[in-house]
Amino acid sequence: MNALSLRNLHVSYGETKVVNAISLDVVRGESFALVGESGSGKSTVLKAIAGLAPDWTGEISVFGKPRGKAFDRDFASTCQMVFQDPYGSLHPRQTVDAVLSEPLTIQRIGDQDARIKGVMASVGLDPRFRFRLPHQLSGGQRQRVAIARALMLEPKLLLLDEPTSALDVSVQAEILNLLKRLRQEKGLTYLLVTHDLPVVSFLCDRLAVMREGRIVETNTVDALKHGRMSNDYSSELIERSALPMGA
Amino acid sequence: MSAPLLDVANLRVTFPTLQGPIEVVRGISFTVGRERLGIVGESGSGKSMTGRAILRLVRSPGIVTADRLRLGDTGLLTATDAEMRTIRGRRISMIMQDPKFSLNPVMTIGAQIGEALTVHEKLPRRDVRRRVLEMLDAVRIRDPERVFSLYPHEVSGGMGQRVMIAMMLIPEPDLLIADEPTSALDVSVRTQVLQIIDDLITQKGMGLIFISHDLNLVSRFCDRILVMYGGQIVEECQAGKLDEAVHPYTRGLLASVPKLNETRAELPVLDRTSWSQA
Repeated sequence: MNALSLRNLHVSYGETKVVNAISLDVVRGESFALVGESGSGKSTVLKAIAGLAPDWTGEISVFGKPRGKAFDRDFASTCQMVFQDPYGSLHPRQTVDAVLSEPLTIQRIGDQDARIKGVMASVGLDPRFRFRLPHQLSGGQRQRVAIARALMLEPKLLLLDEPTSALDVSVQAEILNLLKRLRQEKGLTYLLVTHDLPVVSFLCDRLAVMREGRIVETNTVDALKHGRMSNDYSSELIERSALPMGA
Repeated sequence: MSAPLLDVANLRVTFPTLQGPIEVVRGISFTVGRERLGIVGESGSGKSMTGRAILRLVRSPGIVTADRLRLGDTGLLTATDAEMRTIRGRRISMIMQDPKFSLNPVMTIGAQIGEALTVHEKLPRRDVRRRVLEMLDAVRIRDPERVFSLYPHEVSGGMGQRVMIAMMLIPEPDLLIADEPTSALDVSVRTQVLQIIDDLITQKGMGLIFISHDLNLVSRFCDRILVMYGGQIVEECQAGKLDEAVHPYTRGLLASVPKLNETRAELPVLDRTSWSQA
């Protein structure tokens, strides 16, 4: 069964069409990357799945269950999102403990103390950070909290929107290692949005290249590594990524 | 090299805390000519504070001291606030890290960029508009007319960053401090933006201080690199010779970057305890 399948997805913000007729399938347990330039609509796809961009048409189904547009409590426990900016995505006046317990309270899940301790341990956060506020944490620690929050309800699908682009390279390495390990341990499926092709190469199995709201190519990461992408635009992206100074 | 644009000797930035003063920049010295100088380091290394200290933008209670901090003939530490206002923008300008927090949310993009120009120069409104549109075009914004009247929240992060670059380059400063100017952009736009910055520097003979955490990017873009850690310069090298870097911190940073053809199952992580500093 596919963890996620999108059929003919269109998303618009008001008059502007951002995503145009996208179809893709992400197999259970897979790590799939959406890459493209800014404005290509890759983040919007994630937002539509997560319910943050309600103006969409087409079909979204997660583990075989079609996603409606209304608020869906069950959906939250199958699919969660990690945002790009750990500085912006955490409530500045909530402690780590409050951030992590809120989803449990909403879903009326008990045993909060043990669950919070467990999740904090699995993302490598020391228990002493539990009652700190976001401003008392470093960027890497904050992103760990954001990942921990997403894992609180034990979802099977994680939507990752540029999870490391706001972090330092050495911290990025830590978070990438963490994501890789969590996926193995918990059998997660990832849909990762990024513009950083080396990150795709490290973390993903397959990728789709987006341009101006459309998918121009879907291929394996092996093809990316060995320069066998078939579409001209994807090859161009790879080339630019390898030589940021251009000619 | 002729007389340097900027001459910094023994620069220190200190913040008083309850546990006593903390030095975030600990006595660094360097000069910048009409060249591209890269300052590399991670968050907390003091690289951004160095940039801010040069523009006297370190807020109270932060204290900036230096044996020498001169821009050409002007002593930046002794300049009055009014003098500083004529220096900022016109002679040194700074591209900040985050367009979301650095652009004014209640002014249209066109008005903000225009303001950067009219603060220093009296120009007819029509010329201001023309120069702003030209500048937006120069930073490769596809539809300058439309973007001119948008508000910052209506554009993407990458576009916001290009808007800021436009704003900082429009008064044509002598020295540009770019603090992570491209970390919010994707690779393709990054190339363009760097190219734009590069063109302006060579055309107008500007100096550039390029602050970034991206070692590889800096090594390709700059002439000279300073590596900062813990408020100090731990290594200085020519950009082309980064491979020969010797400090364990620099080497660790280089190793932790994933490659396009990545085969390592796990990325090496910096062990911050393995080296201590004075």
